[in-house]
Amino acid sequence: MPTQDESLVGPRSIAKPLLPQNAAYWFMVLLPAGFLAGLYLTPVISVMVRSVTEPVIGFGNYSVILENTAIQSVLGKTVYICAVTTGLSLLFGYITAYAMSQVPQREQRLMFLLVILSFWISVLIRTFAWIAVLQPRGLLNGMLIGLGLIDSPLRLVRNDIGVIIGMVHYMLPYAILPLFANMQTIDRSLVPAARAMGASPRRAFFTVFFPLSLPGLAGAAILVLIFSSGFYITPALLGGGKVVMVAEYISVQMSETLKWGLATSLATCLMVVVLALTMLMSRFMDVGSSGGKTG
Amino acid sequence: MQTDFRRPKLEFARVVAWMTVCFLVLPILVVIPVSFTSKRYLSWPGTDWSLRHYESLVGEGGWINSIGDSLIVATFAAVLALILGTLFAVGHWRLSNRITKNLRLLMLLPMIVPPIVHAVAFYQAWSKLGLLDTYPGLILVHTMKALPFVVLSVMASLVNLDPRLEQASRSLGATSRQTLRFVLLPQVRPGMLAGAIFAFITSWDEIIVAIFITSREVYTLPKRIWDGIFDNVDPAIASLGTIMILLTLIGLITKERYDKRRKTIEGAD
Repeated sequence: MPTQDESLVGPRSIAKPLLPQNAAYWFMVLLPAGFLAGLYLTPVISVMVRSVTEPVIGFGNYSVILENTAIQSVLGKTVYICAVTTGLSLLFGYITAYAMSQVPQREQRLMFLLVILSFWISVLIRTFAWIAVLQPRGLLNGMLIGLGLIDSPLRLVRNDIGVIIGMVHYMLPYAILPLFANMQTIDRSLVPAARAMGASPRRAFFTVFFPLSLPGLAGAAILVLIFSSGFYITPALLGGGKVVMVAEYISVQMSETLKWGLATSLATCLMVVVLALTMLMSRFMDVGSSGGKTG
Repeated sequence: MQTDFRRPKLEFARVVAWMTVCFLVLPILVVIPVSFTSKRYLSWPGTDWSLRHYESLVGEGGWINSIGDSLIVATFAAVLALILGTLFAVGHWRLSNRITKNLRLLMLLPMIVPPIVHAVAFYQAWSKLGLLDTYPGLILVHTMKALPFVVLSVMASLVNLDPRLEQASRSLGATSRQTLRFVLLPQVRPGMLAGAIFAFITSWDEIIVAIFITSREVYTLPKRIWDGIFDNVDPAIASLGTIMILLTLIGLITKERYDKRRKTIEGAD
């Protein structure tokens, strides 16, 4: 078992001067931390190491990333899909969270239950359902043709539209839930107070409510960006090989062309971006409290 | 009176909100009618409904074996994550210094790093250790991926626990083991339960690492669904999806009942 990261297990020397009764607690903390340091950090760090040692030592892989046009277009596609997904998820997520925070409690509970239900359904089942709806012989095209609105089926899978629909569907709960949590903390009497003082509904919303919801919005934006940047399942299934985002590109380098140097350096870049976003997010919300599962 | 000020804007938001909720839920529900089709391919059932795709779940397709594999992996991963995560959360709560705060970031890392990076990392590492396509290999990865959720939920149950309770117990003569057992454990039990459920589902749902580090020996349910979608968009997945939607709904309603009951009990105190 590789243990090259002994130092990350934790400075044991500091445990010594404490009272003996603390030893048990140090053991409780260091056992899981050591487990992760050995079995988790080591493999992840060796990804970074391999990115600068294969095929030759140096930053060759990174200059390939900067120069190669195929990789550039994959990265461009990733940024584009992430931006559109994040924008749409935030727009509809914000409005939904706003309505949820204002409607009567029974309605609120029903909406919340339905959002959570979609959140908990496996991403594979959801993607499968979208294929059934969107494919050329699928339900949506069948319905539109049946109604006489179109003559030939619309192309809704194996292109950007399909991927964006699937990704927005996955990301929406991640936008709605933190936004809703944030809006619950906003004093409900502030907007009516602004209205009573003569502000128009628009003005009351934009000068009072909206600024107070900004931390939630920023947190939700970064959370959605983090998950969409490394997303694999939906682009692979709904993009059908036509819409290649960075995660799928990495998997191809790893399993088909066996360019490990490229795979590991792209993985390193992705990880750096995501960790930077996480640090940014921790300014807006308690990273611990949002939880969630990743696709 | 207060709501009158908000009405017009809210009505618009409410309509958009319900449309968004429908967008979230309705497409998923499509798998329910589709699962009853009598045809071999993905289609609306029309007039002749059939249970053939439910039968194929228990038939030769290997779905049952995959459910078994997923149950084995998720159970072991959840138990391991529960033990390690609870140990960490309790130790962190008691010590709560700069070192443990930094170690907490380490514990949360598997939740943040993108799954495809995990796939690259563990494919490399496990091939060196001979853990590819083995139960221990996948269980270990899933344990690590689930750990943050256990740590977070047990920590959450400790947030409001007064550390003096422990001092009180000790000063009344309890050993630290007795204190753990009779003072701490009852407090963290709800957090442990939530963490274990989260851990189990994390493993049960995990697909990306499984695609890369397992092939035939370990064949979990998500991997079989993945292959089923790629090969021929098998309608058996729709019947599986229907069952999973029902189970999720039952789980959520049970949780809501439980929360409500706990709230009324707490309210009565």
